[in-house]
Amino acid sequence: MADTQHLKDLVTQVRRDIVRQVHAVSSGHPGGSLGCTEFLVTLYNEVMDHDPSFNMDGINEDLFFLSNGHISPVFYSVLARAGYFPVSELSTFRKLNTRLQGHPTTHEGLPGVRIASGSLGQGMSVAIGAAQVKKLNGDDKTVFTLHGDGELQEGQIWEAAMYASANKVDNLISTIDVNGQQIDGSTEQVLALGDLRNKFEAFGWDVITVQKGNDVDAIITGMKEAMNLTRKGKPVCILLHTEMGNGIDFMMGSHAWHGIAPNDEQLAEALRQNPETLGDY
Amino acid sequence: MKIYENTGSKDTRSGFGDGLTELGKKNENVVALCADLTGSLKMNAFADNHPERFFQVGIAEANMMGIAAGMTIGGKIPFTGTFANFSTGRVYDQIRQSIAYSDKNVKICASHSGLTLGEDGATHQILEDIGLMKMLPGMTVINTCDYNQTKAATLAIAEHHGPVYLRFGRPKVANFTPENGTFEIGKAVMLQEGTDVTIIATGHLVWEALEAAKTLNEKGISAEVINIHTIKPLDEAAIIASAKKTGCVVTAEEHNYLGGLGESVARTLAMHHPTAQEFVATQDTFGESGTPAQLLEKYGLNAENIALKAEKVISRK
Repeated sequence: MADTQHLKDLVTQVRRDIVRQVHAVSSGHPGGSLGCTEFLVTLYNEVMDHDPSFNMDGINEDLFFLSNGHISPVFYSVLARAGYFPVSELSTFRKLNTRLQGHPTTHEGLPGVRIASGSLGQGMSVAIGAAQVKKLNGDDKTVFTLHGDGELQEGQIWEAAMYASANKVDNLISTIDVNGQQIDGSTEQVLALGDLRNKFEAFGWDVITVQKGNDVDAIITGMKEAMNLTRKGKPVCILLHTEMGNGIDFMMGSHAWHGIAPNDEQLAEALRQNPETLGDY
Repeated sequence: MKIYENTGSKDTRSGFGDGLTELGKKNENVVALCADLTGSLKMNAFADNHPERFFQVGIAEANMMGIAAGMTIGGKIPFTGTFANFSTGRVYDQIRQSIAYSDKNVKICASHSGLTLGEDGATHQILEDIGLMKMLPGMTVINTCDYNQTKAATLAIAEHHGPVYLRFGRPKVANFTPENGTFEIGKAVMLQEGTDVTIIATGHLVWEALEAAKTLNEKGISAEVINIHTIKPLDEAAIIASAKKTGCVVTAEEHNYLGGLGESVARTLAMHHPTAQEFVATQDTFGESGTPAQLLEKYGLNAENIALKAEKVISRK
């Protein structure tokens, strides 16, 4: 296994960015953002071949679509720290006239964002369109998506899942953030998702489970396995088991931090648990 | 008085289909998606000519809109095809977020609009789609009047960057605009100059407006007839100029009077030149089964009612 300390340092810094963004405006979604920090840091810094100078068409680049747009704090931090826009701009999150809207959008021209998301269930369809155009264009790069597990309650996801396998969209890797939580409680209580592996396999996908979805090394292993499954006739699904609020002990193990911001004391404690590594914005 | 000749009735959807066929040959970036209505939308020729650029999505319109949005990333120009109801109301949020707010270059092409799809009844007869689409920021809304104009509009929207809603219909209707005419998005077409009343019509009711103008002419009333094929952006200058000349307006559309062309005209006139106006449109109702001609008569969407409303609005001057 390659040395992944630089990724772990980035994870710690991104966690700081997340809670500082959300705290500054007393709004936003820290829980799911923290749960997906290791995944997005790994995706953008270890897996994807992408160009931070940013061109919407993304020809000959891997593309990523965030379908569960409410985890914008982690998306913005990872994009900024990958060079898409100045890290200092994170201080404008959710403020009037910002490019860092509450949910990601192309509307303000923020580099790195290719579709608006927030209203759930739409990102997989968009990614399929982009993936099919890559094939039309003779572009052999891969399209990635991320979805919340609660988001799978939206019907459009399953329209897209059916289409992707029927049309052999095998340059697509869709990751499901399986944290078992949604706004009103656990997914089990709100609307049980059943056996996700069986569901995706029944829809004609190859499925990989990453049990340690907050472990950078486990994510790298899972993504390599997923990449090896692409271009074999089926779309690929990763069931990424994560802990909502990961890395900040009082935010873990509950849905309570889905969409609320820490107060001053809670911020201080969160930052104490995640010492500055690469410099705050 | 200028006389328009019906060169042979045709369905507007065939204008779309033939336009798409032509586009397929001349623009390799044009792709087409359909939700299990290829024959109804007249998309077969495109699908046969360019199977690699035709995407059958099945009965899954929400997914179709999302895929179309994604296909713009990489430079394609997607044309989606299904009925007007399933092109708008069923997928409003997908259009709103993934297409309009995301400024994606998708052409939403909708057949079987209005009452004139006929016997299928109200579940399929959307009379709210112009309103839904014109309220979306950045959306261009076009409702063409005959085969030739629908074909010309199909070609024109491929050259326009940005989301477009193109609305057309099922029945064979008079074909009277020039063959291979130019189509200028946002530009009203003056069909008939007049001095006593302005009739502003869109879609299938443009021909009815011309028929009404003939009837009015026989009674010594000089009607001006304007074809508004683009409801958004609206050619406000043309509307204001005509209202100043005639002093009263009738709008005619195969749509609810709430949210349609008539309301856009009324807003324009209220702001710039308050003018008496009558509305030929459905009156906040659903449709029902019947033949297109029966439905147009029952709901007052025909030449006879346009002429009646014209006389009424003249009396209000």
